[in-house]
Amino acid sequence: MGTDARVIAPARAPSHRPWLARIVGAQTAVQTHRALWGYLFALPWVLGLIFFFGGPILASLYFGFTEYAILSPPKFIGLANYDRAFNKDDLFWPSLGRTFLFTLMFVPSAIVGSLALALLLNQKLKGTTFFRTLFYIPHLIPAVALTVLWMAILQPRMGPVNAVLRALGVADPPGWLATRDTALLSVTIINVWAAVGGNTMLIFLAGLQGIPNEYYEAASIDGASAWAKFRKITLPMLSPTIFFNLVLAIIAALKVFTTAWVATQGGPSYATWFFVLHIYNEAFQNFRMGYGSALAWILAVILIAFTLIQVYASRKWVYYDGD
Amino acid sequence: MAISQPFPATTPASRADRRRKPLRPSRVVLYAVVLFFAALFGFPLLWTLMASLKTVQETFAYPPVFFPATPQFGNYIRVLSIERIPVLLWTWNAAYITALTTLGTVITASLVGYSFARFSYRGRDALFLITLATLTLPAQVTLIPQFVLFHRLGWINTHLPLWVPAWFGGGAFGIFLMRQFFLTIPRDLDEAALIDGASYPRIFWSVLLPLLKPPIVTLAIITALATWSDYQSPIIYLNSPDKFTISVGLHFFVQSPEVGGEPLQHLLMAACVLAMIPAVIIFFAGQRYFVQGVVMSGLKG
Repeated sequence: MGTDARVIAPARAPSHRPWLARIVGAQTAVQTHRALWGYLFALPWVLGLIFFFGGPILASLYFGFTEYAILSPPKFIGLANYDRAFNKDDLFWPSLGRTFLFTLMFVPSAIVGSLALALLLNQKLKGTTFFRTLFYIPHLIPAVALTVLWMAILQPRMGPVNAVLRALGVADPPGWLATRDTALLSVTIINVWAAVGGNTMLIFLAGLQGIPNEYYEAASIDGASAWAKFRKITLPMLSPTIFFNLVLAIIAALKVFTTAWVATQGGPSYATWFFVLHIYNEAFQNFRMGYGSALAWILAVILIAFTLIQVYASRKWVYYDGD
Repeated sequence: MAISQPFPATTPASRADRRRKPLRPSRVVLYAVVLFFAALFGFPLLWTLMASLKTVQETFAYPPVFFPATPQFGNYIRVLSIERIPVLLWTWNAAYITALTTLGTVITASLVGYSFARFSYRGRDALFLITLATLTLPAQVTLIPQFVLFHRLGWINTHLPLWVPAWFGGGAFGIFLMRQFFLTIPRDLDEAALIDGASYPRIFWSVLLPLLKPPIVTLAIITALATWSDYQSPIIYLNSPDKFTISVGLHFFVQSPEVGGEPLQHLLMAACVLAMIPAVIIFFAGQRYFVQGVVMSGLKG
């Protein structure tokens, strides 16, 4: 209730309320005073929503139907941008397909890897805190530094990975980021390495620690194997956490940008030209703000669709305690 | 959906049922696996650290060497004093942008969270729902119009687009986090202060904020890490090397790691390490709060 300890004045009937009280939805003068303070404290965010969210969202929708090179005013061209994306832009479908391929490789590796690491760290081994921190550091380092680091590691001639491969007798080790066939795989490896010990793992770890120990004890008394316990207790109890991490991982994968842009500029010969890279290139390299906005909305629709599909699908397989 | 209390400590070591287990063969396998992963994560980091201490010759040695013969700590001094590659300036740019962004986010997100948690007014719940809805929107949608806005304001190639928006509420995540924590504090505290004649700003500042240290530190660390590492915004707004942040500068450096034909790959590695260090320090400074914050963001759904 919004009642105020200082108030002793009786509440007035709504019809007699002053206009200000009616606007802010208050009954008494003190409540009105309080509501005005509430607005004042929320004011920065109200302005932020208008200037950095609401306004831009409407502008972006409109720009999507215009030709806009920033220096001259936007020119309305109807659906031409969307027509161009779907039918005329040679890079549109390949970049979208490549982004999905990346997602298909990245998400299962990241989720299974994070879960495996979390299970490992949940075994109460000595030095767990140290290992947890070490696994987390790759997630912590700035994306550009991460990429620079891996460019050195995967350097075909001087890099340690190929040195090890040559020592193991591989005569012609891969070119990694430098060749068309292996660039996408290399970018995937970099992203999985950075993601697998990060927030996803921490959230799994918290989820694992939320499973009551009694379940495992009861299963042990019944003689269940470790695998049976994992299948019948851990996985079902963890399904909301898996679901949450899955949604986040897919959204992150569909927005992949920095590693590919820094490591290869989308190359070699478009091998890592992802969808967000395409948006960035159109909007900020070619200054096609209208076409870039249309592409951004296509991405937004895909992301929202994915989230909705998953929320719907999760009803079938996610177990919530107390259901 | 709301968290009504701070998440309890989550470190495995803090579990009450910790027992000393005998070292069985299955445990040995587990230790082997965890050490394998430690090598997998540790080796690239260690390689970079070692590469930053090599001479140019060692950097280009074939087959590659792991340890430098004599660690060249001078690399770190040299990398800070190259005119074409002003790493020190980039570090300073990123540091002050990070400080202003973090400060703005913490201050304004606390104010807005206070408003959502403690005041009732027309439109509050709708505003809160809109706030949560912004979390689902990809940044790419608002990026282009924001660029146009800052272009109109004449803010391109300045640092203003990078930190000023943080002073307008700091984003939905921070507001949500702060609101949830304001809700955990008993209302009686506010009411008692009101009876004593304290104003709302005073209650916010002197009564409630001191109790909110954990979420404030959490939010500060998450914001500072994200801002320090950010690449996608600065790459759009900054175009002259003296304005770059360390991430953009590092990309500039990696595209041509040389000065007057002299290869600087070893110094590039030193710059790379310099870019990582602040992130690691921020993390260690508030690791306990940070882990809680990440876990909470995971449980808010």
